[in-house]
Amino acid sequence: MRIILKDFTKSFGTTTVIDRMNLEIADGEMLALLGPSGCGKSTTLLAISGIHRVNGGQILFGDRDVSDLPSQKRNVGVVFQSYALYPHMTAYENIAFPLQVRKMPSDEIDRQVREIAELTHIGPYLERRPGQLSGGQQQRVALARALVRRPDVLLLDEPLANLDAKLRLEMRSEIRRIQKETGITAILVTHDQVEAMSMSDRIAIMDQGQILQIGEPEEMYHRPANRFVAEFLGNPPIVFLEGRTSGDGAFESAAGVRIPLPSHVDGLPSDRPIALGIRPEHFGNQGRHKIRGTVRFVEPQGRETHFDLQVADGEILRSVQAARHDVTLGSEVEWPLDLDNTLVFDERGNAL
Amino acid sequence: MSRNYATWPLVLVLTAMSAPLIVMYLFLLIDSFSNAPAGSFIPDEFTLEHWRFLIDSGVVGNIWFATLNTAIFSFSIVIAVVSLSATGGYALSRLNLPYRRFFLAGILVMHAFPAVTLIIGVFFVLQLSGLYDTLSGVIMVKAGMILPLGIWIMKGFYDAVPWEIEMAGVQDGASRFTVWRRLILPQVYPGLVALGVFAGIEGWNEFVLPRILVPTSDFQVLSVFLQEVSNPDSTTFNFNLFKSVGLFYTLPIMTLFIIFQNKLMNIFGGGTKG
Repeated sequence: MRIILKDFTKSFGTTTVIDRMNLEIADGEMLALLGPSGCGKSTTLLAISGIHRVNGGQILFGDRDVSDLPSQKRNVGVVFQSYALYPHMTAYENIAFPLQVRKMPSDEIDRQVREIAELTHIGPYLERRPGQLSGGQQQRVALARALVRRPDVLLLDEPLANLDAKLRLEMRSEIRRIQKETGITAILVTHDQVEAMSMSDRIAIMDQGQILQIGEPEEMYHRPANRFVAEFLGNPPIVFLEGRTSGDGAFESAAGVRIPLPSHVDGLPSDRPIALGIRPEHFGNQGRHKIRGTVRFVEPQGRETHFDLQVADGEILRSVQAARHDVTLGSEVEWPLDLDNTLVFDERGNAL
Repeated sequence: MSRNYATWPLVLVLTAMSAPLIVMYLFLLIDSFSNAPAGSFIPDEFTLEHWRFLIDSGVVGNIWFATLNTAIFSFSIVIAVVSLSATGGYALSRLNLPYRRFFLAGILVMHAFPAVTLIIGVFFVLQLSGLYDTLSGVIMVKAGMILPLGIWIMKGFYDAVPWEIEMAGVQDGASRFTVWRRLILPQVYPGLVALGVFAGIEGWNEFVLPRILVPTSDFQVLSVFLQEVSNPDSTTFNFNLFKSVGLFYTLPIMTLFIIFQNKLMNIFGGGTKG
């Protein structure tokens, strides 16, 4: 089902946390709300679920305005960060609870619980209590409970935060598989850019109650709208050089490093303050322009090696390259920069 | 398990300190089944005569009637305290009540207040409302005096239940009441059991309130009954009979305590572990 937020406003007391936010989530889409803690993403989620009341604007499920409906009447499935399984009930009873509340006949409940248990691969564990299940199994039970009554929308609040690294990878693809198989509209709240990029169709990046940019993960990574988005996506993160334009269509950093501007940015007046954003994978691998510098930091990661290269006083460029051992701390090197992929930002931080 | 200190000095000290209590309880038991010659502690004769009061109401009066009264008294207190603490504690822990802080502070003050100082005021209230000298009146007073502690303890237990469980329940389509009854109440169940046992013991042991507020013998409870057995003005004062009645009076409490001792410790654990 299509979800629309229209001028959604939420305040706690006198503090407005979210001011007139607009967002549309297409039917069957998985949208990630990505942002640092305190950016309002969880508030948005709880408002859609009906736990927070909205202070202004509308929330639409399809054509139905649910802004004033209590949670019980919204038909929203939520997977909480802590899973919030009912500890005194078995996995089966947990999943059956939403159906029992609806006074469904017990043979129908049984059929639906077993069907959803098969989808989420928890069939063998149905008689166990949450305390006897591993983190991944608890996560699956929580998913099954959220999905069993066929909600209009599935909300996932940091669903992977409590899992260890290996399970996180597994559940990442599992959640995506289940979402695709059921064709349910889903909203994922996370502060982890890897999760957002790998699981969702589109990402909405939030900061201080505003959606800064919304788009497909790849597009957002390569064409960020501003410095905040550019910095938030990518690990190791992008490096910014502060400086000004020089007359001949080039950039000159504060410490005097000259780099030609990419071809998609031209016609800038000279002596305008700008910042150049360079992602580590676009430096040191290929490109027309060469930059000299001293290696100040080497971090072998097995498959690849991370370098910090000092190119001028107080100016450092980061580089990620396939594992190499020929460069050591303190060496003088000259590495290529992929000019077409550098990003340019104006003095207010917006992309040019 | 090995310790880095010897346990025997500890055991010795504890034994020495509890010896008077143990000896007292031991003699309570021995004396009620035996007779000793005058001027001696050591009994020389086994007898069941001190327990005759159980079947012969001519000895000290009808003890079973007093027992029944005490049972009704304690049980009603348990019901009142448990049901009001279960709901009141939830309200204070979870609901955005008006004057919530006032109630919380009030409960703490009431808990710290020595109840006996209220007795004259309570007397007037009961007198005016016509509940003086009735069992229901004294039940309400005693339950009311345990309630501050009960509500406070239950609030602690409710505070330990994560909010997210409640959100999940509401999200699953259940009303707030269903969420409370089916999802939250089972998690504070250990607290309720402990509080119930605690209130039961308090009610069973209560002496001052029934003595003052129910002076006639129609509603005599065991503690008051025991006091009359030990009437010092009597010329035929029988220590062993007094001990037997006393033992009979303590037995249910000891049984309850042995059964529920683990659950009772929950209260003092602050209710963090459910």
